[in-house]
Amino acid sequence: MKRPLGFMAAAFVLAASLSACGTTPTATPQDTASSATALSGTLTVFAAASLTGTFTDLAAQFEKANPQVKVDLSFDGSSTLVTQIIQGAPADVFASADTKNMTKLSDAKLVAGSPAVFATNQLAIAVPPSNPANISTFADLAKPGVKVVVCAPQVPCGAAAVADAATAGITLKPVSQELNVTSVLSKVTSGEADAGLVYVTDVKSAGDKVKGIPLGLADPTINKYPIAAVSGSKHQDLATAFIKMVTGSSGQETLKAAGFGAP
Amino acid sequence: MLYVVAGVGVLFILLPLIGMTAKVNWGQFIELITSDSSLAALWLSLKTAAASTALCIILGVPLALVLARGQFPGQHILRSLILLPLVLPPVVGGLALLYTFGREGFIGKLLDDVGITIAFSTTAVIMAQTFVALPFLVLSLEGTLRTAGQRYEAVAATLGASPSTVLWRITLPLVLPGLVSGAVLSFARSLGEFGATLTFAGSLQGVTRTLPLEIYLQREIDPDAAVALSLVLIAVAVVVVAVTYRRPSSGLRAAVQAGRNSHDA
Repeated sequence: MKRPLGFMAAAFVLAASLSACGTTPTATPQDTASSATALSGTLTVFAAASLTGTFTDLAAQFEKANPQVKVDLSFDGSSTLVTQIIQGAPADVFASADTKNMTKLSDAKLVAGSPAVFATNQLAIAVPPSNPANISTFADLAKPGVKVVVCAPQVPCGAAAVADAATAGITLKPVSQELNVTSVLSKVTSGEADAGLVYVTDVKSAGDKVKGIPLGLADPTINKYPIAAVSGSKHQDLATAFIKMVTGSSGQETLKAAGFGAP
Repeated sequence: MLYVVAGVGVLFILLPLIGMTAKVNWGQFIELITSDSSLAALWLSLKTAAASTALCIILGVPLALVLARGQFPGQHILRSLILLPLVLPPVVGGLALLYTFGREGFIGKLLDDVGITIAFSTTAVIMAQTFVALPFLVLSLEGTLRTAGQRYEAVAATLGASPSTVLWRITLPLVLPGLVSGAVLSFARSLGEFGATLTFAGSLQGVTRTLPLEIYLQREIDPDAAVALSLVLIAVAVVVVAVTYRRPSSGLRAAVQAGRNSHDA
């Protein structure tokens, strides 16, 4: 009596596991508009470090709306991610913190379709809550003895820092050039740096671990964040759906709440 | 069959090195390794690695002597702790240094009061390199000391030599090959240090951006430069290995033989 039951159970488990690891979409054409589309598979998203909080939220929302989909996220400096994708990293979606790095990817013929700008961001000064160097303006960062940390110039936040310093006529002498904005923020929150140039969204997400000081520029550098599907990915349908969500109302709401500007 | 598997092992090491050498842009090689940022990184790496090696010798020789010749409770535990940086991930070492000597660390706070800041300085680079390279010197020297034994030191002492005379004229010359190979290994390890340097010292051209950090940066901007600089480090590594592992323990064997000959004469 037990044997057939056990055999059936095993067969059932086998069938269930086989269907779960399938990558072919089962979306029916008339269902694509609703969230009941049966997309399945694993979506790999490479996103700029400044998108850590928002994209983690958006990935959770996407997984909730598509229960058979799993989203794998990788956050780092945009230039690092581009290098990885060009070297063959299996990304399906790339969200960059500036258009320069997205252009690098399209020059390498790795962008499917055309990128869509989904948010904008600008820099702010982050200081430890005690503000040991008494920073109150952008010009204070150039005072001798102030330990300023910025991103390296090839990373979007570093390029913006160079441009903003030039606009303000300030000569910045950073003590370190980090490879992504998260590292800059952590040097400030750990108390090692007197000040760091990070995004306004990073200041917001750090809460009371840092104190934010606006740059006070009339014409600050605005970083445009493009998102695109990577060509050659095996999950074009998932990528398209994810990008649609990010550029759609729920995505835009999440980004706006985090402090990002409208695209 | 043995040779086939051994061959696979050899290929596993050789193929990536060959692959890298094949990617070198030979036409622009000299130009790439003599650019401002490359030269700054090269010079900084050599400077700091030399300083770290010197520090390793100054700290490591007494430590190796104590571990090899001493007899005190907790000796095994001390040896395990000293060798910890060998197996610790370098980033973890860097974090440990940061939370001790950084501005918020318990020693860093004291230094900050006196006006000394270590983080983001070349001193931090040297400290990070010494932290990871010291065990190499201690391990190499301790092994040589144990093999050499204490026979010659005992003879010298009975002949009336003071302890410092024994150290400088008998012990150190006897273990010189072990000391040299330990120093060369420490130098190579310091030259290649990356994780601890990045975490503790940061990255700034001419101050803290050593060659490995420069390569890490350049691979996103100018991959040709990264490959060229990598080749320089590979060349250094080849020289280090050739010097250190020419003939294992040959130096010690020769020294013991020379000692035996002079004894018989």
